[in-house]
Amino acid sequence: MRTLTTDVLVIGGGATGAGVLRDLALRGIRCALVEKGDLTHGTTGRYHGLLHSGGRYVVKDPQSAEECARENEILRRIMPHCIEDTGGLFVVTPADDESYADRFVAACRRTGVWVEEIAVSAALRREPLLNPRISRAFAVRDGAADSFLATHANTDDARRYGAQVLTYHVVNGLERVGDRIIGAVCEDLRSGEMVRIHCAAIINATGAWAGKIAALAGLQVSVVAGKGTMVAMNHRIVNTVINRCKMPDDGDIIVPIHTVAVLGTTDIYVPDPDVYSITPEEIRLILDEGEHLIPGVRRMRALRAWAGVRPLYREEDATHDRDIPRTYRLLDHEVRDGVAGMVSIVGGKWTTYRLMAEETVDVVAHRLGVTTPCRTAELRIEASAQPAAPLRPAISHGSAARARFAILASPFYMLGHRLAEVEADDSYGDLVCECELVTREQLEAAIESEGTANLDDLRRDTRLGMGPCQGGFCTYRAAAIWHERRSARYGQAAGAAPATRLLTHFLQERWKGLTPTLWGDQLRQARLDELIYLETLAVDRLPEAIPDETIVTGHAAIATEAG
Amino acid sequence: MGVMPHDHIELSLEQSLDHCIKCNICTAACPVSAVTDLFPGPKYVGPQAQRFRHERQPAPDESVDYCSGCRVCNEVCPTGVKIAELNARARARLVAERGIPLRNRLISRSEVLGRLGAGPQAPLANLALGFGPLRLALERVLGIARAAPLPKFSRYTFRSWFRRRSAPMANSGPRRQVVYFHGCATNYYEPWVGRAAVAVLEHNGCEVIIAPQRCCGLPLLSNGDFAAARRAHEANVAYLAPYALRGVPIIGTSTSCTLTLKEEAPELLGMRSAMVRTVAEQTFDIFEYLRMMYECGELRADFRPIERTLPYHPPCQLRAHRIGRPALDILELVPGLRLVESHADCCGIAGTYGLKREKYQIGMDVGAPLFETIRRSGSDLAVCDSETCRWQITHGAGVAARHPIEILAKAYGLVI
Repeated sequence: MRTLTTDVLVIGGGATGAGVLRDLALRGIRCALVEKGDLTHGTTGRYHGLLHSGGRYVVKDPQSAEECARENEILRRIMPHCIEDTGGLFVVTPADDESYADRFVAACRRTGVWVEEIAVSAALRREPLLNPRISRAFAVRDGAADSFLATHANTDDARRYGAQVLTYHVVNGLERVGDRIIGAVCEDLRSGEMVRIHCAAIINATGAWAGKIAALAGLQVSVVAGKGTMVAMNHRIVNTVINRCKMPDDGDIIVPIHTVAVLGTTDIYVPDPDVYSITPEEIRLILDEGEHLIPGVRRMRALRAWAGVRPLYREEDATHDRDIPRTYRLLDHEVRDGVAGMVSIVGGKWTTYRLMAEETVDVVAHRLGVTTPCRTAELRIEASAQPAAPLRPAISHGSAARARFAILASPFYMLGHRLAEVEADDSYGDLVCECELVTREQLEAAIESEGTANLDDLRRDTRLGMGPCQGGFCTYRAAAIWHERRSARYGQAAGAAPATRLLTHFLQERWKGLTPTLWGDQLRQARLDELIYLETLAVDRLPEAIPDETIVTGHAAIATEAG
Repeated sequence: MGVMPHDHIELSLEQSLDHCIKCNICTAACPVSAVTDLFPGPKYVGPQAQRFRHERQPAPDESVDYCSGCRVCNEVCPTGVKIAELNARARARLVAERGIPLRNRLISRSEVLGRLGAGPQAPLANLALGFGPLRLALERVLGIARAAPLPKFSRYTFRSWFRRRSAPMANSGPRRQVVYFHGCATNYYEPWVGRAAVAVLEHNGCEVIIAPQRCCGLPLLSNGDFAAARRAHEANVAYLAPYALRGVPIIGTSTSCTLTLKEEAPELLGMRSAMVRTVAEQTFDIFEYLRMMYECGELRADFRPIERTLPYHPPCQLRAHRIGRPALDILELVPGLRLVESHADCCGIAGTYGLKREKYQIGMDVGAPLFETIRRSGSDLAVCDSETCRWQITHGAGVAARHPIEILAKAYGLVI
């Protein structure tokens, strides 16, 4: 067993954990983060990508609304490259209670959420597919956030300040001596090696899994896992975040993020955050509700569906998940349970991750006697060394070529960003994933990067396989490139089995999200993909892959989305 | 630009990207990406790039400008993506954002050029355009390829011929009225094509009307100048609608002009008033119309035999009509005449594409298989419905090229 020593151990590699890690590192506190899967493997990597203006919560949950409004501005400042300034609209459809709108505006004023009513005609000009029968429209400062990129940006920045990040490390036990937690025992899922981590404090930032981690120390934390299902449409049917102007409910929002528009969401209690599936009823509900916003959306091409689990902290009995406040709670187990050495940060949402981290680290730093103030709201996060960073000399003219594309000068991310890069670098001949414009160079950099275990991790790093064909044309290419790179690194052919495992694992991951949306164009696509893999490549008849410890795939600890 | 998708027809154009299953059939069939790496292919610049375009953000791409607009992609797409239209609109976005280069502004204005060159001054203009040093200067200064095939101006325009000719003998009985849309090429460069068309139509009992008309706007559309194209189409609709509304067909010898009136202009510009639709519905390629007459038993069959075998190239713009090969259907009625279809994708000129310095060689490479087919046929004459294709065929294969209507007029023994 290996032993590591650090001051603070952060458990959970989602938005909150990464934010906590950066905050700790910036205050000069020695820290490490463990995550049982890849970074953003949990809820952070499975949400719709909304940067809240706060508008959604102004009436129901004003505290959340205020927090969102403040953090929204901070995040725009510190990580513009992770954010697309889409703007948002709240619209009153014929199905909505018209009296809500005035309450909405009044509540926005009270909570400091920026809002401006615009003419319906202006809203329709901006979003031509929007229901022409809407009666009012309000502009807000919603945005879209790349949660994969933002999480990496946080951990990469933390690393610059000395933090350690251990992915595929699952916490099997917490070491408790009397009323004090002194460390954790982790398993490296890739090597099977056990790692003991000694620390002065643990921050449990595992979201929907916080109850499971707390239980390892004999503590009880009631986190309600609220499953939210989303449907991604094949292209940006809207370029603005569209919300129904009503009390938050199922299927009342559309978020344009990267090349897709995400319809969301449902909210269904699941007993175990690791076991859930998507039902046809949920998909139907989301599309039916979507019709109120975009008439005809049912007939448009849906790309895939997926679900994430909200970490809702239940303090008292709430009758319905949506009644649980969306604000976060910091549980200081020393105060709450008389057990020192651990705090749990639960609830909240992506938009408030930084604030949650700040408050958490304030408490922990105080305990450690560190008085350095939080600086995460001021220091801009450097863009991570892009996997796209020019490597080939051919790209030396890149900066001149890039100057031709105004889009590339924008501090905020823009939809056309990647296409402009490919065009400026003349790299369209090197595309591995054509739908999402992932070049061979980006893919190779991601393969070589720390902690990458399978093609699904590459997807989170690069968006590989996230476009219309859902891996139809890139899975075999990516598996081959991986195989080639890893063989080169170890100086010998790695054998066919690992490549086969990579291939089938990724196909299976993509397939899971396709099954709920198999009709129309996407069914046609799936049929073509099926012909490619089952008829041409016969992947179902490849020699059975032998287990390979360098590829973590269906490990019980990280398997989610049953069925 | 004013192209705002507001209804489902409009949406079906841009939203047709959703039908793309990434199969690459268009990329495999694209004659341009087959010969140059400068064009990433129809899938990439079409449905794929479209997912990255945003109406309110700067254009993210420019390689789409290498699309020649030949529409082979649309022809082969198994799922109905309107690739060529997506590309044309993307190029128009670029033009709207970055401005239109002087060269493209010039070569897309075929009317202006025609008026300048055609007429008594034509020999002088032709001499100048055939003068090497001037062509070199044009290439250097403007970017018009010095070797590119520029047509020769005619000493008289088709319209002036039509005005001056002695009116045909009025036959007894009611005559079928047709409007002849001659287009710029016939008017300024090849009036004999129009004369043949008039002769054939009159021979078959039609009263030919030459309505006022402007350039159809296709060169403007393919160079991304949508504003000017819109003005041209609006003018043409105003000129032609009164006839179309009375059920008088509009017949053209230029497959590109007729395609533009039928669907290119309405679709790309998002114009769909009842008048625009009526003009579109009443527009016919001349052989499409003659074939309809034949099917109704109204086409005269007093052909003289022509004992020849000729290579025939159906232009891309004709194939885009989706009407089969009407010229073949009619000309095969002529005893002894045999037309052999080329089965080549594209001649490479694609209107004004092959005239551009940076695209000239691409055009020649695209056309190479066609030139080879024609050369190997051993014939000194090729047949093709589109003017720019004919000029390119003559340039690339070194043989004369004629419009099929000229052959038909000859078969009828008509003096033109």
